[in-house]
Amino acid sequence: MDLFTVGFPTAFSLQNLAFCFAGVFLGTLAGALPGIGALTAVTLLLPITFHLDPTAAIIMLAGVYYGTEYGGSTASILLNLPGTAANAVTCLDGYPMSQQGRAGVALFVTTAGSFVGGSIGILVLLAMAPLLVSFSLAFGPAEYFAIMVFGLLASATIAQGSPLKGLGMVVMGLLLGTVGIDINSGTYRFTFGFFDLFDGISLIVLAMGLFGVTEVIAAISEKSGDRDRKLNKVSLRSMIPTREDVRRSILPVLRGSGIGSILGPLPGTGPTIASFISYSIEKRVAKDPSRFGKGAIEGIASPEASNNAAGQTAFVPTLLLGIPGSATMALMIGALMIHGISPGPRLMASHPEIFWGLIASFWIGNVLLVILNIPLIGIWVRLLSIPANMLYPVVVVLICLGTYTATNNLFDVWLLIFFGIAGYLMRILKFEPAPVLVGFILGPMVEENLRRAMLLADGNFLEIVSRPLAGSIIAVTVIMAAILLILSIKKYYSGQAMPAE
Amino acid sequence: MFQVKSPKDVIGGGLLVVFALLLGEQSFVLPLGSSARMGPGYFPLVLCVVLAAMGLLIAVRGFRFEGEIYGHIAWRGMGLVLIAVLFFAFTLRPLGLIPALAGTGLLATLASRRFHLKTAVLLVAALVLFSWAVFVEGLGLPFVLFGSWFG
Repeated sequence: MDLFTVGFPTAFSLQNLAFCFAGVFLGTLAGALPGIGALTAVTLLLPITFHLDPTAAIIMLAGVYYGTEYGGSTASILLNLPGTAANAVTCLDGYPMSQQGRAGVALFVTTAGSFVGGSIGILVLLAMAPLLVSFSLAFGPAEYFAIMVFGLLASATIAQGSPLKGLGMVVMGLLLGTVGIDINSGTYRFTFGFFDLFDGISLIVLAMGLFGVTEVIAAISEKSGDRDRKLNKVSLRSMIPTREDVRRSILPVLRGSGIGSILGPLPGTGPTIASFISYSIEKRVAKDPSRFGKGAIEGIASPEASNNAAGQTAFVPTLLLGIPGSATMALMIGALMIHGISPGPRLMASHPEIFWGLIASFWIGNVLLVILNIPLIGIWVRLLSIPANMLYPVVVVLICLGTYTATNNLFDVWLLIFFGIAGYLMRILKFEPAPVLVGFILGPMVEENLRRAMLLADGNFLEIVSRPLAGSIIAVTVIMAAILLILSIKKYYSGQAMPAE
Repeated sequence: MFQVKSPKDVIGGGLLVVFALLLGEQSFVLPLGSSARMGPGYFPLVLCVVLAAMGLLIAVRGFRFEGEIYGHIAWRGMGLVLIAVLFFAFTLRPLGLIPALAGTGLLATLASRRFHLKTAVLLVAALVLFSWAVFVEGLGLPFVLFGSWFG
């Protein structure tokens, strides 16, 4: 097993261990603070990974990502404010538990559930990886093109608001991805005479503008962030669950882990959707559904297991096909590409230390998170009593510094302002920015695969459609798009409004 | 009379159409190639056509249906955050890292109300120290700490 020969030795090196700890620590911090989710936290840290070795970089960013899932439930339970979107559903029963004086038990159960969910997710990831690799080695450019288009459509339309607007944003992202030199012909595209755009738009600038600047502007202007918070202390003794609590939680945790593991790798359905679906399933299978919303322990155990399982299995398509299911996963791919490593079926063979090191670090990270979230819970509780407005100047400074240090080019700071304004305008007009980023990352790959596939098919698109696998994926994509289009035109279909992850 | 149900959808869709036309015109200048051998303009042009179609659909729908509820524009927050970033862009070279960061941080504290001057100064001082420790000492990035204006 390469996990034990390559993975753990890599992950246990002092450097990687330190970055894994830094990642899960900052992830818990970002998760616990309402208003900063995984997407913003990963964006803010992306520039630093420029200066790190690629294995350490991805270990840290991944730690931030799954760490927010742990930290996010703390704010949900204690403040009734979701730390991240994936923890929103935990408010429903977590906050009532806290009002009944059972905050400690709720925090313990969500952490334990998160750990079990995360561990099961990693096992599923390990089981799926070799299967997917052997399957995908037979893929040609036509198949990749088809899968990418399907992934783009799904990630833009499932979780976001209006599907029509989501599609528009994905196409916008694809277009932004074409800016700069065209590698096939050496022609410059859409540079508008700016020398600084010859290499294309930097991922960091785009993400910082759309998610960093925009989020700060929106959060700063909300009044709720300023109010004083009164929090009770959570003692270690109060965290011990009763026998009854444990008995009630076991099955929901396992169900949640299963649901999360299945939904994680699918494009568009990340931890947030997984947690919502788990909650509604728990409510359906419960003998007495009326307990939900009043502090039912099943209502926090299952979603928290589910979002962590989904968080881990989301890495399957990201690392092994190079196709991100969400904007945060797109940033993970971007972080590897900054170092010249392109994720895909060959990653496991060509960079075993990155692949196996990362998976081994998941185990280590999850153990660290249990330590951070049970014995050290007091730190996060105290942190929540700091007014939220202290946070925004910190974020603004980090955005400026991060953007500038990535390229040492002030042009990028100007571009940051441009994307910040554009992002805020999009927010006002209710266009989701997350699909822009997914399109931006996949854009060059979609074009490259389309060009190659069409060259092989001698310019005949029907030949691509007639390939069994590529054809069926395209058929599914077209049917999905058609349904969404008809829905959008016949009535105003805005989808479920769920924030990006 | 013809009534616009959701003006913001019309604006949003319209903006997409304008953007698509602008880039579409630019891609026409590039060699298009054939479908077997695509030139640099082919893929962008296809995208622009799709984007224009999406924009048109969104705008048309805005004439007929009421859309979601939109937020208002938070001018104060937006203005001060953008001024803070602009301050960084303008002063980093002439003033150097430390004054530029301090100014950016202080401007950002102005954006949210209920900030006492003492808290703001302490916070920004800690922030500048932290940034210096991480980016200059930790990552060893070549920053000029105090720019030419300070001699």
